[in-house]
Amino acid sequence: MIKYALRRLLSTIPVLWIAVTACFFVLRLAPGGPFDGERPLPPVILKNLAAHYNLDKPLIQQYLIYVGDLLRGDLGPSFASEDFTVAQQIMIGLPYTFTIGTAAFLIAIIVGVAVGCLGALYQNKAPDYILGALILIGVVLPNFLIAPILQLVFGIHLAWLPVGGWGDGSIKFLILPIVVLALPHAGRISRITRGSMIEVMNQNFIRTAKAKGIGPRLTVMRHALKPALMPVVSYLGPAASYLLTGSLVVESIFGLPGIGRYFINAALNRDYGMVLGTVIFYMVLIVVLNLLVDIAYAWLDPKVRNR
Amino acid sequence: MNHFAKKFLASAMLGTLLAFSAHAATLNIHNGGDPQSLDPQKLSGDWENRIAGDIFEGLVTEDAKDNPIPGQAESWTISPDGKVYTFKLRDGIKWSDGQPVTAGDFVFAFQRLVDPKNAADYAYLQFTIKNAEKINKGEITDLNQLGVKAIDGKTLEITLENSTPYFINALMHYTAYPLPKHVVEAKGQDWVKIGNIVTNGPYKPVEWVPGSHVTTVKNDQWYDTKDLKIDGAKFFVLEDQEAALKRYRAGEFDILTDFPTDQYEWMKKNLPGQAHVAPFSGLYYYVVNSQKPPFSDKRVRQALSMAINREVIGPQILGTGELPAYSWVPPGTANYGEPAYVSWKDLPYSEKVAEAKKLLTEAGFGPDKPLHAVLSYNTNDNHKRIAVAIASMWKPLGVNVELVNAETKVHYDQMQRGQVEIGRAGWLADYNDPDNFLNLLVTGVQMNYGRWSNPEYDKMIKEGNAETDLAKRAAIFKKAEQLALDESAALPIYYYVSKNVVSPKIEGFVDNIQDIHRTRWLSMKE
Repeated sequence: MIKYALRRLLSTIPVLWIAVTACFFVLRLAPGGPFDGERPLPPVILKNLAAHYNLDKPLIQQYLIYVGDLLRGDLGPSFASEDFTVAQQIMIGLPYTFTIGTAAFLIAIIVGVAVGCLGALYQNKAPDYILGALILIGVVLPNFLIAPILQLVFGIHLAWLPVGGWGDGSIKFLILPIVVLALPHAGRISRITRGSMIEVMNQNFIRTAKAKGIGPRLTVMRHALKPALMPVVSYLGPAASYLLTGSLVVESIFGLPGIGRYFINAALNRDYGMVLGTVIFYMVLIVVLNLLVDIAYAWLDPKVRNR
Repeated sequence: MNHFAKKFLASAMLGTLLAFSAHAATLNIHNGGDPQSLDPQKLSGDWENRIAGDIFEGLVTEDAKDNPIPGQAESWTISPDGKVYTFKLRDGIKWSDGQPVTAGDFVFAFQRLVDPKNAADYAYLQFTIKNAEKINKGEITDLNQLGVKAIDGKTLEITLENSTPYFINALMHYTAYPLPKHVVEAKGQDWVKIGNIVTNGPYKPVEWVPGSHVTTVKNDQWYDTKDLKIDGAKFFVLEDQEAALKRYRAGEFDILTDFPTDQYEWMKKNLPGQAHVAPFSGLYYYVVNSQKPPFSDKRVRQALSMAINREVIGPQILGTGELPAYSWVPPGTANYGEPAYVSWKDLPYSEKVAEAKKLLTEAGFGPDKPLHAVLSYNTNDNHKRIAVAIASMWKPLGVNVELVNAETKVHYDQMQRGQVEIGRAGWLADYNDPDNFLNLLVTGVQMNYGRWSNPEYDKMIKEGNAETDLAKRAAIFKKAEQLALDESAALPIYYYVSKNVVSPKIEGFVDNIQDIHRTRWLSMKE
């Protein structure tokens, strides 16, 4: 398994290199530069800035300098935030994004699986319809719509929770962003779990279990849950990536200092170093998450494990 | 001590601590974007200025109304030819680490600003200082040739290239703040990191979480700390104005520095007296590419300008009551008086449209030969609304408008390359003086996106800037402004307004034309 994991990790190096190269050149080809804006800078200042950031050198030389720095583990400077390098900014933002993302991920799994199982067990009965309708709201409504509603209700009218910000990092500051982030994924996980569970519950080995007189709760927990979770696990890799990378809107609305919004801000500011840095960071993250999912899959399915 | 006594003592201590923190007046300000740096020579935005102006202080600083007042300098004299300024520093001024602030710190800062190695974005704002531009261009390599000299530890002499009547105003800008030479030299680029940074303003930064906030506390070494009513401030990063307004309503912010314009009516009803909309030293305008036919024809430019119904844009399209602009320099600008206006300013709108149609016909356009124009703007709901409205105002003239929008970087890149026919632009004054606006139309200036060029205008601007008598200077500038307006060099649309929301518990907040509100002038009711 370790060999397999290492092989998978090594195979991502060429992918990473191609992505970085493509991203580097596409960024430079995009119109507008890092120092264009409402207030154009005089040519002499632009010249000084270009020299400062090596932007006055031929593109291929800039690329070689970047790759050389990257191989030494240096993600370079950020044009939009001069007091912090790209690596420093990612390290500062990571704990915030990671805390919110991980909590949302766990809640999405727990709530999604629980609701999905209940829906399957009470198929086409009142609890199935009610839970199904509630979960549908989470799936259908985008988080930029849900977030302001929750802010209005729980932050302003009821004044139970802070409207935004990280505050001291206490749980009351985290509840709303985590709920908003987890909701759509909980919805999708519940739909997948419900469908899969219904399918598994109609299979022969479940009928056998029931015929042996095992109660419905034990049947689900001991026999049905594990195979029913296979499609859920397949979804967890992309879901984890979405949660860690797709928190842009949530971080923006709640004013959280995570790295989710660095990418878009950097792209808009033509902050070349920051864009490339976040791309590399997210790619590594996605590779690692997918690897973890594959390992989990192998654990759940003996056929995969023995392959 | 028994268990109960210990518990009681602990509770009492905690209570005292809580009571103390409840009385600590911390100002929570919604500040928009993330600061690029805390180094005043690496800044370019008003959100950064809010922080920099609280933690640093120049020779000259601003009062609550944004008038220049003595800062680190207690007084100054100006030579009769207006070129040499001699500043006397206050007694006992110190950096936040207790080291004295000397004239040498100012010399060091100005030299660092213009040194091309440091690539300071805004160095050009101090190009009025002797040899500043030449040093920045690399034509002079000896930094000591800069016209900033320390006569002694407490006396600073600044020599200018020419007499510059707005120089005192320009010294209020963050490019003129001193730097702690002893710290910058010891720590290099890291001097500005929290833990290293040393400042000379009323406050000092103690925390910076990128993407979240910058926290400041009182600087005990500042000369007037005892009069500060606010203990410190938290400048929050939050670009989403809707979200910021919600946090204000929840009491999490004391001041919003901008708000969604479509919420203005709601705020007037529900947050009475809290939304501050005030004239601001800024102009929203359209440039017309005067190098490209048919826009090179003055009649075409004037027709387009006359047909813009400016009276409806502020109150109806934006909803915040921005005032219609018929001049190039916003009214209220210092060293100027009343600006020049377009000759047709007071005509009824129907007559303006009739005259515009006539001008376009004379220029060869009409129902049989409609004028096709491409109107470019950068992505923003308000820019879009205005562009759509103006396109519909031009329609009766027989002008077919093609709207093109692009993100800000792309838009300004195209503007600078002269690739637009008609383009949206805006200008916020760096310093309170008409030159800051009039300079936008000088031949060859980078911000002259429409490439309008008139040698007579250029001559008058140069002449005005060499004039030391402020009244004579204003008269020359006004003639130049009138010429630009008569030529429809560009199309002024509205004067910007500042948009703040201020909690009723904040006192001392005074609306002013540059929208600068230093924390030192504010206080907070319990």
